[in-house]
Amino acid sequence: MQNEFLFFMQFFLSGLSIGSIYALVALGFVLIYKSTSILNLAQGEFLMVGAYICLSMTIDFGLNFYASFLVTMIFSIILGLVVERLVLRPLIGEPIISIIMVTLGLTYVLRGVVIMIWGNDIRQFNVFPEQPIDLWGVKLTYLYLWSIGISFFLLSVFVLFFKYARTGIFMRAVADHQTAAQSMGISVKRVFAMSWCIAAVVSSIGGILVGNIAGVGVDISYIGLKVLPAVIFGGLDSILGAIIGGLVVGILEFLSAGYLDPYIPAINEVFPFIILVVVLMIRPYGLFGIEEIERV
Amino acid sequence: MPSGIFHERYESDERIFQTWFVRIWLFVLLIVCAGFPVFASKYMISIMTEVGIAVIACHGLNLLTGFTGQISLGHAAFMGVGAYTCSILITKSGVPFIVALPAAGVVTALVGMIFGIPSLRLRGLYLAMATIAAQFIIEFTIRRWGKLTGGVEGMYVDPGTVGHFHFDNHIHLYYLTFIIAVVITLMTKNIVRARSGRAFVAIRDRYLAAEVIGVNLFKYRLMSFAISSSFAGIAGALLSQYLQVITHESFSIHQSIDYLAMCIIGGLGHILGAIYGVAFWFILERILEYVTTSLNSAFPAHLTWFVSIREIVFGVVIIWFLIFEPDGLAARWRTIRAYWKLWPFSY
Repeated sequence: MQNEFLFFMQFFLSGLSIGSIYALVALGFVLIYKSTSILNLAQGEFLMVGAYICLSMTIDFGLNFYASFLVTMIFSIILGLVVERLVLRPLIGEPIISIIMVTLGLTYVLRGVVIMIWGNDIRQFNVFPEQPIDLWGVKLTYLYLWSIGISFFLLSVFVLFFKYARTGIFMRAVADHQTAAQSMGISVKRVFAMSWCIAAVVSSIGGILVGNIAGVGVDISYIGLKVLPAVIFGGLDSILGAIIGGLVVGILEFLSAGYLDPYIPAINEVFPFIILVVVLMIRPYGLFGIEEIERV
Repeated sequence: MPSGIFHERYESDERIFQTWFVRIWLFVLLIVCAGFPVFASKYMISIMTEVGIAVIACHGLNLLTGFTGQISLGHAAFMGVGAYTCSILITKSGVPFIVALPAAGVVTALVGMIFGIPSLRLRGLYLAMATIAAQFIIEFTIRRWGKLTGGVEGMYVDPGTVGHFHFDNHIHLYYLTFIIAVVITLMTKNIVRARSGRAFVAIRDRYLAAEVIGVNLFKYRLMSFAISSSFAGIAGALLSQYLQVITHESFSIHQSIDYLAMCIIGGLGHILGAIYGVAFWFILERILEYVTTSLNSAFPAHLTWFVSIREIVFGVVIIWFLIFEPDGLAARWRTIRAYWKLWPFSY
């Protein structure tokens, strides 16, 4: 009994920490969808770029980790602005397929640039101590605890930001009704740019955390796609939903690794996508999303 | 000099090849394609085979995305289903190729419908996500179902034979692909101009209005999904014959994105768009290959630089087309043609 509980907790807590990173990335995703109704499939590439910049600042340029973190944030803001201005703004009002495809084109460009600058190898950060700590029998590294802590801190900051800060309220207004917000004197363009900035920043923080856990390689951009189940689970246009969806998908992914692995090896790789299909079948608008899906 | 085409009957309006000019040039093109192996090198023939396979796949995707308005990001995975079905049937069960090829189409259509049914209730964004999920789940199945598919190492494909044709011979395979590509192009054109194609377009343009005038949405969406996947399956089966060793990597999400990009570059919702797009893509790929190999030999120290050039160029091309030429090459060709037809009095 005791052992079973520990087994469960081990996977639960690892899942929680990865899930909190998913929640961060999902937050950026939902933010863009909510204010601009763009499905940003390049979110994972933002994450990858962030991780690479932080890594290269820390290791190649020998900066302090905190300094390189700051540099990464500044760079992410610029990246978000540039992408929004050059790529997405000309496409406002185009059909969904164009907008999805343009973000996919963006993934090619960003991945190409990253490979051009940093090459193909997986590299390690080695900033946080490696040895695991013992939490009542559950073994976790500091990294996992850090990611839970940082993610929860950021998530609560954003919840407060949307609730009380002026810009946050602007963003919610634009998400609610663009024209109405515009007629109240809110600059919709600024809000669009703002949401791309925030999305780029949160995903690069997610990237730095994941990069610390698993090493930095081009493949970490797949997290951008793994976040899709989380987003759908919580509801495409709900910030709270993104957070809960991220946590649930992360936990389920790890629990599936724990319990289903003996039957189907490595099932955890696709388990989020199985969740995605199931959610789309049963409740496509997710937990907190607005039910506006037409049924046929 | 004729100043335009004037139709007096519906039959002439609905004709596939409307003028003698088009018919003659098409005939010339077919002759050139049929005689291609006589003068081309082995390399060129294999490239043309690849082009033919991509054209078949793109017709399927164009039918689904361009004509019915359903976004699919899992087309390569469906091709994978076709490729593995055909190869397993030939290699492990000894089924003749002439049976295995249509079987690949049928099985892929069924698999496509399984993933299609839940997503048929949904539109746009949600369907894109469902097909991404299909992509990953199918790829996972291929990778992990080692007994059947050879797992990560992939599997060797026995060359198919029909009568005196052995498809490990690249010329025979070229002709097979060429014939199937022509047949599928004609089929797509006929589907599109018949009742079902009109239903597809109606669903794409305004599905509610389509339903009101009596289009059965569920039936036609499912049909579009099934036809699209069966084309993908046939393309995949041919690809497996072409590659001779197939792994899950030939059917990754990048390929799915590539096919979608080809359709968009060519022009979604135009039959010729698929062909233009594929041609553009392959020509660009050859040019890039030439440039990167020559740069590589000039600057061997910067090897990784040139590896990534391909990705960057294709990404930029996709973005460029979406922003500046959203209707693709087919529309561009139409404007050029209209311009020259009226030249020098065009304004």
